[in-house]
Amino acid sequence: MVNITINHLETSVPEGTTILEAAREIGVHIPTLCHLDLPDIKMVNRVGTCRVCMVEVEGKWNLTPACSTAVTPGMVIHTDTLRAIRARRTVVELLLSNHPRECLTCERNGTCELQSLAAELGIREIKFKGPRIHTEKDTTSYSIVRNAEKCVLCRRCETMCNEVQTVGVYSAVHRGFDCLIGTAFDLPMLETSCTCCGQCVSVCPTAALTETDDSAEVWEAIANPDLYVVAQTAPAVRVTLGEEFGLPVGTQVTGKMTAALRKMGFDKVLDTDFAADLTIMEEASEFIHRMKHGGRLPILTSCCPAWVKFIEHQFPDLLDIPSTCKSPHEMFGAIAKTYLARKLGVDPAKMVVVSIMPCLAKKFEARREELSGHEVGSNVDYVLSTRELARMIREAGIHFNALPEEDFDGVMGESSGASAIFGTTGGVIEAVVRTAACWLDPENPNPQIDFQQLRGIEGIREACVEFAGQKFCVAIAHGLGNARKLLTDIQEGKAQYDAIEIMACPSGCVGGGGQPYHGNNMEVLTQRACAVYNEDKGKSVRRSHENKEVLALYKEFLGEPYGEKAHELLHTRYQKRDQI
Amino acid sequence: MTQETAEWTEPAEPAEGYPEIDALFDSLPNKNGALIPLLHKAQEVYGYLSQEIQVYVAQKLNIPAAKVFGVATFYSLFNLEKKGQFKINVCLGTACYVRGAETILAAFEKELGIDQTETTKDGMFTLDSIRCVGACGLAPVVMIDDKVYGRVTPGDVKTIVDEHLGQGGQ
Repeated sequence: MVNITINHLETSVPEGTTILEAAREIGVHIPTLCHLDLPDIKMVNRVGTCRVCMVEVEGKWNLTPACSTAVTPGMVIHTDTLRAIRARRTVVELLLSNHPRECLTCERNGTCELQSLAAELGIREIKFKGPRIHTEKDTTSYSIVRNAEKCVLCRRCETMCNEVQTVGVYSAVHRGFDCLIGTAFDLPMLETSCTCCGQCVSVCPTAALTETDDSAEVWEAIANPDLYVVAQTAPAVRVTLGEEFGLPVGTQVTGKMTAALRKMGFDKVLDTDFAADLTIMEEASEFIHRMKHGGRLPILTSCCPAWVKFIEHQFPDLLDIPSTCKSPHEMFGAIAKTYLARKLGVDPAKMVVVSIMPCLAKKFEARREELSGHEVGSNVDYVLSTRELARMIREAGIHFNALPEEDFDGVMGESSGASAIFGTTGGVIEAVVRTAACWLDPENPNPQIDFQQLRGIEGIREACVEFAGQKFCVAIAHGLGNARKLLTDIQEGKAQYDAIEIMACPSGCVGGGGQPYHGNNMEVLTQRACAVYNEDKGKSVRRSHENKEVLALYKEFLGEPYGEKAHELLHTRYQKRDQI
Repeated sequence: MTQETAEWTEPAEPAEGYPEIDALFDSLPNKNGALIPLLHKAQEVYGYLSQEIQVYVAQKLNIPAAKVFGVATFYSLFNLEKKGQFKINVCLGTACYVRGAETILAAFEKELGIDQTETTKDGMFTLDSIRCVGACGLAPVVMIDDKVYGRVTPGDVKTIVDEHLGQGGQ
C-alpha cells in the first residue's frame, strides 16, 4: 500500500493506483475527458492526451495528468489549487477554440461530454483565436457518420476499435495540427473493414462519431397515404427506450413503446420477437440437419450483422460455418412483404418495413444486395436506432411516460420468452437449445427451459448441455475481440463445439451501438440484461416452436421449417471482403 | 529515362511479395518495433511507401493498415508519393532567405512548371524547400540530391536544370 495525501486528506491505496483512481476512491472529483476505463470489457483508454485532469503535486514544478500518473509513497497532491483549476480551464478553452461551437444544432446536445465539461468548469469566453481544422464529414458508411471537426483526439474510438473489437479501422493519422483519428489511407468508412458495430459511437464523448439519421425518410413514408408502413421492434429496444425518457435503467416499456409507434402513425406495429422465434425454427432445424447429415459444426449464430461482417473481412475461410439464417428483422421483412401483405391485401411494393433496432450495423445490413431482390425488393427499408426512435417520439410531442400500455398487432406480433432473450449475450443459443431439447427428445414430458449455465457476462463462456442422452457443447462470445479468440481456436482446430453464439457488442444487443448512451457505466448493461430475462419469465409461451403465429405461418405459407420456401425467403449467403 | 536506370525500382505486385522487406523482417531478432525499420527499407528500395507496401507491411506484422498509415504520415521523412529522379531542395534558412532564396524557388517553379513539393510529369524532378544546410557562406544554396550549389542566381536555374536533364537516364 502507498500512503498519499490528496487535498489534505490522507489515504492509502494499492501500488500502481493512479492519482485519478485514488481521488475517486475518497470522493475527490477530478474532471476528465479522454480517460475511459471499462474493466468489464477490458477497455483501458489512459492515453493522457486531453490534459483536462491536470493536478498539482508538491515537489514537481509542472502539473501532472492524474489519469496516467501512478501514485508514489508520500505524494502530496492538490486538485483544487488556483493553478490547477486555471490550467484545466485553459485546456478546455484550447479544445473549444478548435471545436465547431454549434451545440444548439448538434446531435449530442445534452449528451456531449465536452459540453458538460465546459459547463462544469464555468467557461464563458474562449480567449484563443486561431485557425480551425476543416474536414469533410464522412457520410459514406450506412451506419456511422464521422465528423473529424468535432473530434477531441481522445482516442477512445481507436482503443475500442483496436483493443476491444480488434477491427483496427481507426488510428491517429497525419501530424501536428493536421492530426486526426482517421482510417488507413484516409479511405472513406464504407471502404474499410468497419463492422458498423457502433461501439466507437457509444464511447465517443462528442458528436465526432454519430449514427446516420434515417428519421426524415421514415416520417416521409408515414405521411405518404399511398404507403403502408410497418414497424417492427427488436427484443433489446423495449428494455432500454425508457432510459431516454428518464425511467430507471431496466424498465420494460414494451406497452408504451407500442402505443407510441401507433401514435406516430405506423399502419402496423409488429414485433421482431416474432421473427426471432421464426429464426429459432430455422436455426434449430439447420443445426439438427447439419448434425444428422454430417454438415460442418460448430454452427455459428448469424443474428448479429456486425459479427457477420467481421467474419467476412477477417476469417473469409470460415464462411461455411455461420448459419445461413437471415437475422430476425430481415426474416421479418421477407415475410411481411409476402405473407402479411397477402393477408392484408396490401401491394408489397407499397409496403415499407421499418426496423427499430439497438444496432447501427443493421443499417448496413438492410442495404446488403443479397437481402433484397426476390419479388419483395428490400426486406427492410429503413432501420432506426433506439436513440433515433426516442428522438422521433419527442419530436412528435408524445408524452411517453403517460402513454397507456398497448399490445402489438396480430399475425406477426406474438412472441415467446425465447425470443425476448435474444437481446442479451447467451440468449440466442439458449433459445436454440430450448427448442432443440424438445425436438431431439420428444419423449421427455418436462424438458428443461432455463439454462443458467449459458447466462452471464464473461466475454467467452462455454457450457455443455445434455438431452436425449447426447451431450452438446456450446460456446458464447460477446465483443469482437472475444469472437476473434474463439474463431482462431476453431481455425487452429483447438476448440470443438457444436454451436456458438457470437454478438459483436459487449453484453450483446443490450449494449448495442444504437442504444441510449450508457454513460460509460457497464452496470447499466447488466440491469438491461436482467430486464430481458424478466420479460422471458413473464411470458406464457417460452419456447419458439410453441409460438402459435409462427406455427400458422408454416402451415399456411412456408411449409416445412428449413424447406424450399423457407430457404428462398429466410436464408442468405455471405461474401469474402477485404481486410483494410 | 528508362526503368533500369531509375534510382528506384518499381514496386512489385503484392502477389509477388517484397523480398527485401521479407529479408529484413526475417533478420530482425525482435519483431516488436519492426515497423519503422521495415518502412525505412521499403522507402530505400522503392523510393516511396505505396498503399500496397503499407498493406503488405501491416499484414507482415499483423497490425491494422491504419496503424502503418498513422506512422507513415507522422514522420515527414517518409514519402507517400513517388519522388522524382532528382530531388531539388532550395534552402529557405535565414541566410539564404535574405539573399533572395525565394526568387530562386520561384525560378525553379517557373522552369519546371510545378509548385513546391510537386514532381514533374516525366518523373525527373521533385521540388521542395529545406531549412539551413549549414553552408550559409554560400547563400543562397540549392541542393540537388547530395550535391550543393552555392551563390545561385535566378539566371543559373535553367543551366542547373538542363545539366540534370542531360544526366537523366545515365
